[in-house]
Amino acid sequence: MPLDEALVRSLVPGVLGVLVRRGADFAAAEDAVQEALVEVVRVWPADPPRDPTGWLVTVAWRRFLDATRSEAARRRREERVEEEPAPGPVPEADETLQLYFLCAHPSLSPSSAVALTLRAVGGLTTRQIAEAYLVPEATMAQRISRAKRTIAGARLDRPGDVGTVLRVLYLVFNEGYSGDVDLVAEAIRLCRQLRAALDHPEVAGLLALMLLHAARRPARTAPDGSLVPLAAQDRSRWDTTAIAEGVQILQTALSRDRLGEYQVQAAIAALHADARSAAETDWVQIVEWYDELVRLTGSPVVRLNRVVAVAESDGPRAGLAALAELAPGLPRYAAVAAYLHERDGDPATAARLYAEAARSATSLPERDHLTREAARLRAAQLT
Amino acid sequence: MAKYLLLKHYRGAPTEPGFEPMDRWTPEEITAHIQYMTDFADRLREAGEFVGENALAPDGMWVRYDGEGRPPVTDGPFAETKDLIAGYMIIDVDGPERAIELAGELSAAPGKDGKPIHEWLEVRPLYGEPSLVAE
Repeated sequence: MPLDEALVRSLVPGVLGVLVRRGADFAAAEDAVQEALVEVVRVWPADPPRDPTGWLVTVAWRRFLDATRSEAARRRREERVEEEPAPGPVPEADETLQLYFLCAHPSLSPSSAVALTLRAVGGLTTRQIAEAYLVPEATMAQRISRAKRTIAGARLDRPGDVGTVLRVLYLVFNEGYSGDVDLVAEAIRLCRQLRAALDHPEVAGLLALMLLHAARRPARTAPDGSLVPLAAQDRSRWDTTAIAEGVQILQTALSRDRLGEYQVQAAIAALHADARSAAETDWVQIVEWYDELVRLTGSPVVRLNRVVAVAESDGPRAGLAALAELAPGLPRYAAVAAYLHERDGDPATAARLYAEAARSATSLPERDHLTREAARLRAAQLT
Repeated sequence: MAKYLLLKHYRGAPTEPGFEPMDRWTPEEITAHIQYMTDFADRLREAGEFVGENALAPDGMWVRYDGEGRPPVTDGPFAETKDLIAGYMIIDVDGPERAIELAGELSAAPGKDGKPIHEWLEVRPLYGEPSLVAE
């Protein structure tokens, strides 16, 4: 029987929680769970257990004790651990939640928190995480063990800040490479799992946001790998199931009247998803949501995105006026300015700005897209 | 989370005042310099920020296409080049501030009389993936 890897990995935080509750320290317990996962791959396809969680707890606990025994210096801790009455092997939702908080601990750098979350909560191997982020496995192993040392003193029983957890999941979703491990799908899985453990409208908001953006993924890249901007996407290729689920989750979250930045971003994505063509987009409403988002975050990047919505809703002149209030050093400023000048009927300025934007792009597909935009406008001027 | 290339040039460009070519250092000074580089890479590995490194041989040449049916044109080896790449290191760090901090550290490698060489290092961001949430 083929192994359902996502199912196995969904058991990881619960099993880890049981080990920690039995007295194992987080770092050692996490290693033991990873070793148990190696056994899963070896044993389960031929001999699947009736109680997968119980099997994992037993094997991981044995691995933990083996590791503890093998270090004479740790003998005293082993005795203490074995003397403690072993609680039942049933994972508790609270423990899963505490693991999310621990792995997104504010003392960790973003890249460390991402790596630790993917391993300890997501159950990915160090090699998979290393491949996903294009670094050597040894480097990723060091990053993870350093992260574990950093949080060694942190307690697992305190509620953390939901915002830090959501930022980590957002990073996994938004900044992953597209390799063998689908980090977009993994971020969605981890966000779903978090939502099952924590009833919070912003968790729902982030999940909705992820679903709505992931739904457009099939349409955002042309067969040759080039980027297709939102307005030019073939909307029949959007994943309508994901959109419907995202919209439904968002509506439930919004009805609770505890607005946050992820719900607002999801609302904007939902309005795009709702338009049958780019021309039918409800830009007036999108501007209103951007006003809300500016109020919530004060972020200059959000203000820049709002400028585009203003231009679509009130015309390029209104967009250019709003743009004039922002600092030209912002990322993607030149690209936005180029677009507005093109819409305003000034292709020469637009072409120059597209070329400038291409020079400050942060990815190759983005650079190539902006270069083509500049070339398209220059070619049109010659004819 | 971003990758940067630290590019090391043979002759710190522009040359620092008092710059001495490596073959005029003492053997111990050369050893100390190489050890500093090795230790630097080890620290990066330990910090989980190391991606890769390579040293490049100086004798290379320029090559270009010269038209259908003709062999490529070559130029070189270079007799005296002001700006020759000696090697590179790729790091994966949280942001540009950290990349600059590390390049500064690498530039402090000891040279003649054990003093930091103050060599210029070129720091270049690698392209990443386009982010999924764009509007």
